[in-house]
Amino acid sequence: MVGSSSRVPVAKTYKIYIDGKFPRTESGRYFPLENSDGNVIANMCWGSRKDFRNSVVAARKAFPGWSSASAYLRGQIMYRIAEMLEGRSDQFVAELVLQGQSKRRAKKEVEATIDRLIYYAGWSDKYQQIFSAVNPVSSSHFNFSVLEATGVVSILAPNDSSLLGLVSNVIPAIVGGNTCVVLASEKMPLCAVSFAEVLHASDVPGGVVNILTGYREELVGQFASHMDVNAVVFCDGDAEVARDIQEQAADNIKRVIARVDADWAKEKSQNPYLIKETQETKTTWHPIGS
Amino acid sequence: MSLAAVKATGRMPDLSHVPLVDEVGVKERAARFQTRSIKKASKIEALHMVLSMIDLTTLEGQDTPGKVKQLCQKAIHLHDALPGLPHVAAICVYPTMVGVAKKALGNNDINVASVATAFPSGMAPRQIKLEETRIAVDDGADEIDMVISRGAFLQGEYGFVFDEIAAIKEACGDAHLKVILETGELGTLDRVRRASVLAMHAGADFIKTSTGKIQPAATLPVTLVMLQAIRDYFYETGRMVGMKPAGGISSSKLAIHYLVMLRETLGNAWMTPEWYRFGASSLANDVLMQLQKQATGVYQSADYFSKD
Repeated sequence: MVGSSSRVPVAKTYKIYIDGKFPRTESGRYFPLENSDGNVIANMCWGSRKDFRNSVVAARKAFPGWSSASAYLRGQIMYRIAEMLEGRSDQFVAELVLQGQSKRRAKKEVEATIDRLIYYAGWSDKYQQIFSAVNPVSSSHFNFSVLEATGVVSILAPNDSSLLGLVSNVIPAIVGGNTCVVLASEKMPLCAVSFAEVLHASDVPGGVVNILTGYREELVGQFASHMDVNAVVFCDGDAEVARDIQEQAADNIKRVIARVDADWAKEKSQNPYLIKETQETKTTWHPIGS
Repeated sequence: MSLAAVKATGRMPDLSHVPLVDEVGVKERAARFQTRSIKKASKIEALHMVLSMIDLTTLEGQDTPGKVKQLCQKAIHLHDALPGLPHVAAICVYPTMVGVAKKALGNNDINVASVATAFPSGMAPRQIKLEETRIAVDDGADEIDMVISRGAFLQGEYGFVFDEIAAIKEACGDAHLKVILETGELGTLDRVRRASVLAMHAGADFIKTSTGKIQPAATLPVTLVMLQAIRDYFYETGRMVGMKPAGGISSSKLAIHYLVMLRETLGNAWMTPEWYRFGASSLANDVLMQLQKQATGVYQSADYFSKD
């Protein structure tokens, strides 16, 4: 007889997310994640630089398709992510609690995350009009500047926020047509992996978002130096860390975007300028008669 | 007398004695080559070797003399930022582009290979195939990549295929003959093995997997079967035959796995561009990116390497 008390619960294996798939790290390494009581709550993939390299290849491959998708479609997909997250909010609340948050704050964070997704879904087909311009020139040219996605963005997600901080940095990049590789929070990585499952179920094409778990110190150099990455976003670290990132990013003149002092829970931490930070301005001179 | 000087018998082999292929065994063996871990110094050496074995290829209907010249420039100057690189083994083009390639390569020690015999289908009368081969050789082709008549082979007309290869070999004169089996159309590994034996006895200097126009192109198991056929043919006749996997090999890692397989099947004697080639167009850039990574420690982007 199988009663409810005799059932063995099935624990989730937290894996990484590369190219629309959930592999284990190629290195075969893992690290135990402990809660504040010192109990192991999950074994996380200890991502390696090769995982990062594979992720960048996937992101580069996904870039042409995603950046040329219509703004309307990208907005719809952002909205879809919010819908999927809403449906699974209990799971995210539980994971936040498991990582040491109070139930009340956890619920608030998940709700804020869903709202943030809706916020950027709305901006999807609007930021272009706001930031583009027709420029006055003194020759018979129609001169205009428009935004284009910069390319592959590497994102070191904030360490002290499991879900909201990650989403607040990933969504402005992808809503603008970029693809990205993200390193999840080192001390609270659970929600990042579950969020990858949400992305996976939301028609986000494979490779547009790639999420790794692992140690900052080991990977930050790769995130900053990879020649096929066009912008690097980081949210933690002192002046020395920032200087190292800038130095390593200089080889291929990446955009370096520091969001160190942001409080992601605040409403002012969502704005279209975050989209603009990972855009390039293209100016076109178009000849006109007389 | 060098081994290379041994001539093919020119006699039709008895294909009923060709051993059957254990498909499961071959696949397992091929998979095992992919588990070898190649570390830094050996990796750099292997990558250099891969570069020196590449037949840089452009076989498109849209090829122009300009495109071929550009490819030849690439062959000569692979990536000048990295000193000490070898050059590729050959440029592989259509017969109409042989003259252009020959001129563009000048005195550089890079061969011109021309596909011939109504590539890629091979569906043309023999007379035309022979004429095409002669024209390519007259224009200066050092190597001829012919396709076999797969239709005839699959119908069991082995004599027809054998005679055709032998006739093309004769038309080649001093040019090396590579025989493309188009394994993706042969269907089974048994047929791959049989076609390899047939081609070698008919005088092939190289056997080559694919045209690159049909999927699947080169795979590790197919290449392993052909390497085994070369090995057994060598034991039987004392004549060395070269191998060229082509199509679908675009990553350095995979190319190194092919080299591991070559080393463990045929041994060091075959590990030169004289006896082993990669038919590829995008492999060279990936190898260059890996070498640059080894030199700088930073992962590379295709943006900083010449397009080919």
